[in-house]
Amino acid sequence: MESYLVDITLILDSTVRLAVPLILACLAGLYSERAGIVDIGLEGKLLAGAFAAAAMSAVTGSAWLGLLAGIGAALIFSGIHGLASINFKGNQTISGVALNFLAAGLTTFLGQSWFKRGGYTPQLSGDQRFNPITLPFANELREVPVIGQIYYELISGHNIITYVAFIAVPVTAWVLFRTRFGLRLRAVGENPKAIDTAGISVTRLRYQALIITAVLVGIGGAYLSIAQSAGFNNNMSAGRGYIALAALIFAKWRPGPALLVCLMFGFLDAVQFRIQGQVFPIIGEVPVQAIQALPYILTVILLAGFIGRAVAPKASGIPYTKER
Amino acid sequence: MTSLHPTNAQRSEGTAAAPLAIELVGINKHFGPVHANRDIHLAIKRGTVHGIVGENGAGKSTLMSILYGFYTADSGEIRVNGTPATITDSRHALALGIGMVHQHFMLVDNFSVLENVVLGAEDSAFLAPTLNKARTQLKALARDYGLEVDPDAIIENLSVGQQQRVEILKALYRGAETLILDEPTGVLTPDEADHLFRILGKLREEGKTIILITHKLREIMAITDEVSVMRQGAMVKTLTTSETSPGELAELMVGRRVLLRVEKGPASPGKVLLDVQDLVVTDDFKVPRVKGVSFQVRAGEIVGIAGVAGNGQSELLESIAGMRDQLLGTIRLNGEVLSLEGDDGAARARTAGLAHVPEDRLRMGLVTTFSEWENSILGYQHSYGDGPGLDIAKARQTAEEYIKKFDIRPPNIDLKTANFSGGNQQKIVLAREMERNPDVLIVGQPTRGVDIGAIEFIHNQIIKMRDAGKAILLVSVELDEIRSLADRILVIFDGKIVGEADPATADETELGLLMTGSHASSDKTPGPGTLPAHETPVQQTLVKMSPQDLSGKDPN
Repeated sequence: MESYLVDITLILDSTVRLAVPLILACLAGLYSERAGIVDIGLEGKLLAGAFAAAAMSAVTGSAWLGLLAGIGAALIFSGIHGLASINFKGNQTISGVALNFLAAGLTTFLGQSWFKRGGYTPQLSGDQRFNPITLPFANELREVPVIGQIYYELISGHNIITYVAFIAVPVTAWVLFRTRFGLRLRAVGENPKAIDTAGISVTRLRYQALIITAVLVGIGGAYLSIAQSAGFNNNMSAGRGYIALAALIFAKWRPGPALLVCLMFGFLDAVQFRIQGQVFPIIGEVPVQAIQALPYILTVILLAGFIGRAVAPKASGIPYTKER
Repeated sequence: MTSLHPTNAQRSEGTAAAPLAIELVGINKHFGPVHANRDIHLAIKRGTVHGIVGENGAGKSTLMSILYGFYTADSGEIRVNGTPATITDSRHALALGIGMVHQHFMLVDNFSVLENVVLGAEDSAFLAPTLNKARTQLKALARDYGLEVDPDAIIENLSVGQQQRVEILKALYRGAETLILDEPTGVLTPDEADHLFRILGKLREEGKTIILITHKLREIMAITDEVSVMRQGAMVKTLTTSETSPGELAELMVGRRVLLRVEKGPASPGKVLLDVQDLVVTDDFKVPRVKGVSFQVRAGEIVGIAGVAGNGQSELLESIAGMRDQLLGTIRLNGEVLSLEGDDGAARARTAGLAHVPEDRLRMGLVTTFSEWENSILGYQHSYGDGPGLDIAKARQTAEEYIKKFDIRPPNIDLKTANFSGGNQQKIVLAREMERNPDVLIVGQPTRGVDIGAIEFIHNQIIKMRDAGKAILLVSVELDEIRSLADRILVIFDGKIVGEADPATADETELGLLMTGSHASSDKTPGPGTLPAHETPVQQTLVKMSPQDLSGKDPN
């Protein structure tokens, strides 16, 4: 019994760790899609954020400056996306895909030319990373069965970004449904003409959404390289930006369900790590690749049939033009 | 009442003999090469209903968009309450007390009424206080003007008439003193239109100024105090309504004499060409929309189906045209049973001698990015050339013929159909369908968004088809149109034919009552699951497949 509980706690603990970048990217996508901008470039922003954070942190030795650099990189990418899709009314999917290519190429190129380690940034340690925080009384409660253990293992002992990610969920829900900004944001993604005729700038609102998107996804990128890992390596976002978009659709563009879906993807990932190399009855040892593919296969299945009718914000993906 | 609107625009100090709410002086507006407004002068007296009429493209909507700040004029001056004003965006217009009810509502469909009303006029960063204040104000507005809407209802669940009330509420909540309504009755039932006019009447009593843009002369005569006529971007004349007539207005609008009434001889019905029995059709969500409809259309007669939009007409038309599968029932064309199942049902219906002018020409009738000649042969392309090749020369020749015969303007077969006016687009569709000499013609909304001049032409073409011995099924939400064209009127309500009338003797109020389900109140139609068990087998099937029964199986 005891060891099962420990196992479960450990899997849940790594679920939380693995879900954090998904949650941040998913909320980021939520802001932009709710405002009517499809952001397939989340993946690229995540990668660019991760690289910028690791590079800055390696150079300055400060994780906080690294975080700022990560956000900055995502902001630049968001700016390009905004220019292409809001001002020049270009195709948002193409702009996003272009940004993904740009991020993949640029991070490798800059990484190699700056650090000469085959695209890796130097190993980070100490203050160059966000280290786990021990919450009050965690050590004292450690010995208390079940509750104490859960508190110690699962709730305490994460880095600051993890807590930020989880707090961002209710904050997003509140902003979206309880504030003037949220009302306008939702409206501009559904019917920008209603916003325009009410005398509010569609362009400005959409840029505001993109800025929030960049901040969140930049934090997510920084988490990958300077919190979860100790440095950047090539293509370390590994499709998380896309999974976050899938989670967003699965959650039907709502913050609460988005959290649950991201946790579910994180859980699958955690289980995947856990069952690698295990020998199963009848099947025997399952190839690592098959297990690693599990979360992605599930994504396809869920998207294909199990989510029912997911109605995207109506104006999503459509540049706004005043028509005659 | 005015105490409700503390944010009202400044009132003019000198209230002269005829105080003007709005004055437009020498307004000009170009869109590229198009001179949409030419030196417009217009004076609108406070506390009146001022009509603006004109054909599509006459520049009415552009002019009002300038007044509302959606566009800026190239030159000219706008005076609000006697003071010159620069209106560069909608916010300025709102601050000056000018509100607009757009033809296509500017509402967010999945928001509540309350959220839509406050959108853009929130008092603070947090919503709660604004929503509470708006709730109280909506109650007061509802009481004062008969603008009842449930503040918590979601827009997409409201009827079109209710949605329009939300638009009016939006403007009043923002303290509008002058209200611009753009084609407000285009989507309303006669009943809803009457309700709207009562509301407008009350608003006028309270001293509000109303600008009514419409092309329906009957409405102009009924409610306005003054009327201005526009033609081709210019202001032709402003008249006092009581001293003019629909005939005079129509002539001013079109620039020539127009016949407002359709002239047709008596019908001489022959044999039954279209026979529909017990037809049941569901919509895309498997909800029954046509619930056991039976009727016949004979050679040489026009049968009109009248009803409020959304009562199954669209599904009925689409199913007879072969675009939508039927659940039950048979359709006979010229005595032969039409099999319409499958994706090529529409093609088979065509081969059998049925032509279809769809309700929505942009969505179903035309490919707007195709040129005129390509659209002229859509659906009949197989008769142009053998095998995979297309006999383009022959197709272009056909298009040229149609253009001449139907006076389609501009006479350019290479122009994209998107660039034709609504009336000419409709003529392209009509020419294509009528010139194939079908036995049965089904027509949906033949003159929706079409100018007076073109309406006259289209009506005459339909009558001509009838006199040539064709069977014509006509569906329109314009009761006037049905009454003037049809030889028999069938009234559809909630998917069922609830009555038949002779257009010559039918009483408009009675038809209106039938159209809204006479006995039941209009907005509470009995759901499909509430049919009594002793009804016909068809209806029992409907009960069985009602959404309530499906709810357990279908996650949606």
